[in-house]
Amino acid sequence: LPSLPQATMTKLGQWLCGLALLGSAWAALALAPPGLQPPAPLRQALLPLPVYLLVAFGCYSLATVGYRLATFNDCEEAAAELQEHIRAARADLRRRGLRL
Amino acid sequence: SGIDFEIIIIDDGSPDGTQEIAEQLEKIYGSDKILLRPRPRKLGLGTAYIHGMKHATGNFIVIMDADLSHHVSLYFTYCGKQKEGNFDIVSGTRYKGSGGVHGWDLRRKLISRGANFLTQVLLRPGASDLTGSFRLYRKEVLQKLMEKCVSKGYVFQMEMIVRARQLGYTIGEVPISFVDRVYGESKLGGNEIVSFLKGLLTLFATT
Repeated sequence: LPSLPQATMTKLGQWLCGLALLGSAWAALALAPPGLQPPAPLRQALLPLPVYLLVAFGCYSLATVGYRLATFNDCEEAAAELQEHIRAARADLRRRGLRL
Repeated sequence: SGIDFEIIIIDDGSPDGTQEIAEQLEKIYGSDKILLRPRPRKLGLGTAYIHGMKHATGNFIVIMDADLSHHVSLYFTYCGKQKEGNFDIVSGTRYKGSGGVHGWDLRRKLISRGANFLTQVLLRPGASDLTGSFRLYRKEVLQKLMEKCVSKGYVFQMEMIVRARQLGYTIGEVPISFVDRVYGESKLGGNEIVSFLKGLLTLFATT
């Protein structure tokens, strides 16, 4: 029996699906016609929610990148060790007949 | 160390005397340990991998930069990690654990962290460092990945990991130190950034 090719969604596809789902849920609740509207306090919170989430994600991104930048390891010992290895290797190779 | 190894040197006609040094090394250590497989001119990284694989006789292939930005002594750490989890791929990471860099200014570090953050958000790759090029692959895994990958440059390294995850290969990580500017300075200009973004978006839309 021929096997079906595995169809996996691309990351873009996953994002579009997710946004479509959340977007339609939000629109259904926040932009509903009078009569089907949820209570006023809920609507007041719901309407600006997408912008709030965007701003929150922006802040999270800045904080995360900033933190990771600040804690980026500087490998001083590795650099020093490397210089030592280079010195030792040069001496060893010269002994074995390498002409640089 | 008990590990059977060979070193394959692929030089694309470097004008700095690399080939002569390589030939001397071959005389010193023997042509079963040092395999010279030069190419007439600069032909690109992907084809260099394929070229090297054709001549590799081992079960595992370690790919690394030859300008000492990758610490050769980490080689044993990679082998240990692979045995530990029987991983198909062991990838070096500069961003986790004791991994790090030396010789980068603030701008370079910021771009690196920013690009990696964007990559993690968009691709959720399951590996912390996608643009590193110090990796150990099982030989069959590397062959399979080479068939599937189409990008060039930085993006090629990223695509390898993304495709590997898609194909269900296991990936282990080892913290590595990237020591830049031992010989010469590696620059990160606007061109590289643009092509990285283009490649990232392409992978986002096609994988």
